[in-house]
Amino acid sequence: MRTVDLAATPLRELNAALHRLTLETNETRWRVLNPRGAHAVAVGLDAPVRVEIEGHVGYYCAGMNKHADVVINGNAGQGVAENMMSGRVHVIGDVSQAAGATGCGGLLVVDGNASARCGISMKGIDIVVKGSVGHMSAFMAQAGNLVVLGDAGEALGDSIYEARLYVRGSVKGLGADCIEKPLREEHKKDLRRLLEAAKLGGKVDVAEFKRYGSARGLYHFHIDNLGSY
Amino acid sequence: MCGIVGLFLKDKALEPELGGLVTGMLATMCDRGPDSAGFAVYGAGKPGAVKLTLRGPSRAALEPLAQELAMVAGTPVAPVLRDTHLTIMVPAAKEQAVRDELAAIAPDVTVVGTGKRMEIFKEVGRPDTVAARFDLAHMQGTHAIGHTRMATESAVTTNGAHPFTTGADQCLVHNGSLSNHNAVRRTLVREGLRFETDNDSEVAAGYLTWRMREGLSLGEALDASLADLDGFYTFVVGTESGFGVLRDPVACKPAVVAETDRWVAFGTEYRALVDLPGIAAAKVWEPEPAKVYFWERS
Repeated sequence: MRTVDLAATPLRELNAALHRLTLETNETRWRVLNPRGAHAVAVGLDAPVRVEIEGHVGYYCAGMNKHADVVINGNAGQGVAENMMSGRVHVIGDVSQAAGATGCGGLLVVDGNASARCGISMKGIDIVVKGSVGHMSAFMAQAGNLVVLGDAGEALGDSIYEARLYVRGSVKGLGADCIEKPLREEHKKDLRRLLEAAKLGGKVDVAEFKRYGSARGLYHFHIDNLGSY
Repeated sequence: MCGIVGLFLKDKALEPELGGLVTGMLATMCDRGPDSAGFAVYGAGKPGAVKLTLRGPSRAALEPLAQELAMVAGTPVAPVLRDTHLTIMVPAAKEQAVRDELAAIAPDVTVVGTGKRMEIFKEVGRPDTVAARFDLAHMQGTHAIGHTRMATESAVTTNGAHPFTTGADQCLVHNGSLSNHNAVRRTLVREGLRFETDNDSEVAAGYLTWRMREGLSLGEALDASLADLDGFYTFVVGTESGFGVLRDPVACKPAVVAETDRWVAFGTEYRALVDLPGIAAAKVWEPEPAKVYFWERS
């Protein structure tokens, strides 16, 4: 295990060292101390390594992640795991807005709550939030799954394209073109897979979730929908 | 951008350290607002007295004032001169007479803050430099709010720096930009308010002043602003007993609150809070959009 103390090592040095890792690297375990809310910690990783960050981080932590398994033992600021391609990001605390924004793949697990616009413009990422999500989550979501064990704020799935949204608690309101859809067996199976991946397998009854998705009414411009754009 | 910090002490033992702690918070937020900075500190008051913060073009312009104003006040005014700002304490009954005298003898000096305990300081320059010029590090008090500005809506001037006062012992700092400030300003001017700048935040302060003049409490005025002010904002308001926070309904502008049994702190970013004593064990969370919060001593 390699330990990097950000109180002594500049952040750029840490990120550069992580960027030098190859797919075949043997340095697979990293521990980061004293992040003190710094932005862009462990961004742009492209190697199958595990990075554990001890403390709260600022913006864009683990952004653009590929292959890596990043654990944040604290809260994360805006845009955690934004544009993730693959791998896994696990936040033990809460996350600020735009968690998992534009993510194309991989899994983001948030043990606490996520604030506004969680999964905005998601493009294939899977996001599991054990707490609640704020307003406009999955705004313009295109692909992937958002699983929320708690509640969702206003305008869930506003202008959604094709992502699947599963919420166990209450939904304050659905956004334009987002509707509730039946939770069929195929969705339950998918949900079980996602909960399993978030280490919640067997702990949560998938039948408690409701599924939301696109009504596909806004795909093409229609004058009757003018007020919805 | 812009950065806001606020610190409200529950533990009296920390009061001598208030300025030092806020200096560190403000310095961290230099990145978010290098143009100018300001802060309001709630220090010691005196029964029956009003504290005035005067701002002048230079230290030399302020130096002779204390003696002349003491003659009108009929008592020494406990002057504290800090760079371009002078704080004085006058009997409440003599406040108007002192203001009139000031307008007569020093028309280029303005009263930028008034109240039982509030002092306001603001200047153009890097926030850490501004804090050093006023020696914020050695100020004491129960609570303080501060602002680092990255100007977007109007010129970088001292008048455009925050905080803006909204009444006795009250001030406002703002992170964001209002899109309907010109229209609101015109309405407020018709209501008799005066504005020094083209700044959107000054309009927000004027709006709160006007609402409270019409009989609303500060909390109610903030609630009303949700309907009347359009744009992005996180507001932090300082009051004699504490501070309040309001984020607009879309909540694009960041805000973090941390709380321990010794203090409550606000920061635009968590980074601003990392040196506070006991931060590792603090409860850290984001204020919800469109909800007015207050932390006050009872």
